Amino acid sequence: MKEILLAIWSYRHFIISSIKNDLRSRFARSKLGGLWMVLQPLAQVAIYALVLSRIMAAKLPGIDNRYAYVIYLMAGMVAWSLFAEVVTRSLTVFVDNGNLMKKMAFPRVCLPIVIGGSSLVNNLLLLATAIGVFLLIGHPPTLAMLWLPLLIGINLAFGLGLGLILGILNVFVRDVAQVMTVVLQLMFWLTPIVYMPSIIPDRLRSILEFNPMMHVAVAFQDVILYGRAPPIEGLTIIAVAATVLLLFSLILFRRAAPEMVDVL
Amino acid sequence: MSGSLLAVSGLGKAFRDYGSEWRRFASWCGLHTRVKAETWVLRGVSFNVAHGESIGIVGQNGAGKSTLLKLITGTLRGTEGTVTVNGRISAILELGMGFSADLSGRANVRHTAGLMGFSHEDISGAMAAIEEFAEIGEYFDEPVRTYSSGMQMRVAFAVATAFRPDILIVDEALSVGDSYFQHKCFKRIREFREQGTSLLIVSHDAGAVQNLCDRALLLENGALIKDGDPSEVMDLYNALIAERENSTITISNHASGRTQTVSGSGEAVVETIILLNAAQEPVEFVDVGQPVTLLIQVMAREHIPRLVLGYMIKDRLGQPVFGTNTHHTEQVLEHVQAGQRLEFRISFPMNFGQGSYSVSTALVSTDTHLVNNYEWRDLALVFTVSNLSRPVFVGSAWVPPKIEVCSL
Repeated sequence: MKEILLAIWSYRHFIISSIKNDLRSRFARSKLGGLWMVLQPLAQVAIYALVLSRIMAAKLPGIDNRYAYVIYLMAGMVAWSLFAEVVTRSLTVFVDNGNLMKKMAFPRVCLPIVIGGSSLVNNLLLLATAIGVFLLIGHPPTLAMLWLPLLIGINLAFGLGLGLILGILNVFVRDVAQVMTVVLQLMFWLTPIVYMPSIIPDRLRSILEFNPMMHVAVAFQDVILYGRAPPIEGLTIIAVAATVLLLFSLILFRRAAPEMVDVL
Repeated sequence: MSGSLLAVSGLGKAFRDYGSEWRRFASWCGLHTRVKAETWVLRGVSFNVAHGESIGIVGQNGAGKSTLLKLITGTLRGTEGTVTVNGRISAILELGMGFSADLSGRANVRHTAGLMGFSHEDISGAMAAIEEFAEIGEYFDEPVRTYSSGMQMRVAFAVATAFRPDILIVDEALSVGDSYFQHKCFKRIREFREQGTSLLIVSHDAGAVQNLCDRALLLENGALIKDGDPSEVMDLYNALIAERENSTITISNHASGRTQTVSGSGEAVVETIILLNAAQEPVEFVDVGQPVTLLIQVMAREHIPRLVLGYMIKDRLGQPVFGTNTHHTEQVLEHVQAGQRLEFRISFPMNFGQGSYSVSTALVSTDTHLVNNYEWRDLALVFTVSNLSRPVFVGSAWVPPKIEVCSL
């Protein structure tokens, strides 16, 4: 463990420059460049808002902003986009960097950290844009939003832990990545992002409880839209799950790393 | 081992086939699972490298050279044994790895040097020197996708050697690029060596090994079979190759990757073809200017009224360098009896430039193979010329110059 932390520390410059390069090269040669980072999720929000706002707007009691549904959507999207990005990219991180891992000796832990860092920057930009939009539609930031750093941290750790475990397995069984694209889509719809938990019949609502991302999304919505503290119970479950997943992924990584390069 | 820079002991690497990936996952969890098949590509390799010592690693394709280098560099983890390194390793396994096409040369240099573990300040300090060494001018700030492969390789070598390592590992990567830059690379490698860097070089080039190395290791089928003086090791390596060449005469895919063609009606065949040095020993590596003898033994299977032997020496691109036949030298053999064996000894000084050459033979009845083609054999023999004793020169011919200089 200490070894890993030491390696990360001595490669900090590399990690930072990799994050920069990653963001830069993703949008190199596109006219709008980094704007795409926020334009895409915003466009998605706009589409859902356009299609569903009539049906959903009435389901948000206690909020008298007529754009309440847009705020609700955005809060959920900010949470989901970080999770989805981290998981999808961690899934293929070792496969994508296979050539590099075969030819250069460097602490492999840097790779997921770069992904986490770059996704985090991405997410913070989206959040900043969202807050900008909220100001425009008359929803000033609430005091409860001070919870956000903690929420984002838990969200990131959870995504990274899950993504890394799957990413390691994906090196050996490539079906994992294929299955996960479907699973992620299913998870998106099982998470109350475009709809409210209240529209789900009671007997089905318990299914939602099993989706860990539900707790994350609800916490973001509580903090951003309702301006109240998130439910501590659900949050603790996710925080514990994130820690366990992260630790497990590190152990798995140590066991699997020697064989990983052999099969890449 | 105190004082040794690199200690490799009992190193082995096996690639495991678990049959099912579930069994592999189970093995991580500490369960003892049966491995379906193990392929050992390297086993029981032990050697030490002292500070400033340079070592050449030779061996045939698939002998385990690259695996050994990867294990030392740390990209692969050994299955058994240990590698102890007391210093910084820089490896030039494959140049230009990890360059991202949309970033400029400068950004890629920063990235790659970071990957090697250098800090921001170190890299900034070395940037000017790297830019200067690469010599690609304005292109240094252009995206790498606009580079030629030669330019990429220049930048890559410049980064890889920007900081003097304790051990520099070079894996044949230097055979690409233009000869001016190759020279520059070798110059830098020599300078590092003089400053105390140990070299580990994998090469098929006997010249490079004997020039740069104090010691050589010979790998064969994953085992270290000889560790000693470069010339001794090269001799053994040559013998190994000769043995293999003789036993696989009918294999049509030549070891060099080229395809050997044998054609003809078969009334006469070349049975043996070897290159002998002045001491009449078979050789595969020849020094420039050394007297050699090409020994060709021919067997006539049927009565042949008129037999001419032709031979052609070609360079690695297949361009003829020299060729003639016994028709032109007026040594035509007439009425060769069935079952008769003939030996031709062709002696000449090896006045060729450095490189790999092949010999083709033809057994015909006139000066062309179009009338009676008894046997035509491409790539009958392959040898390498290296420059060990002459001043540096380029080109495919050795034309000994006498240069007189006087001031006027």
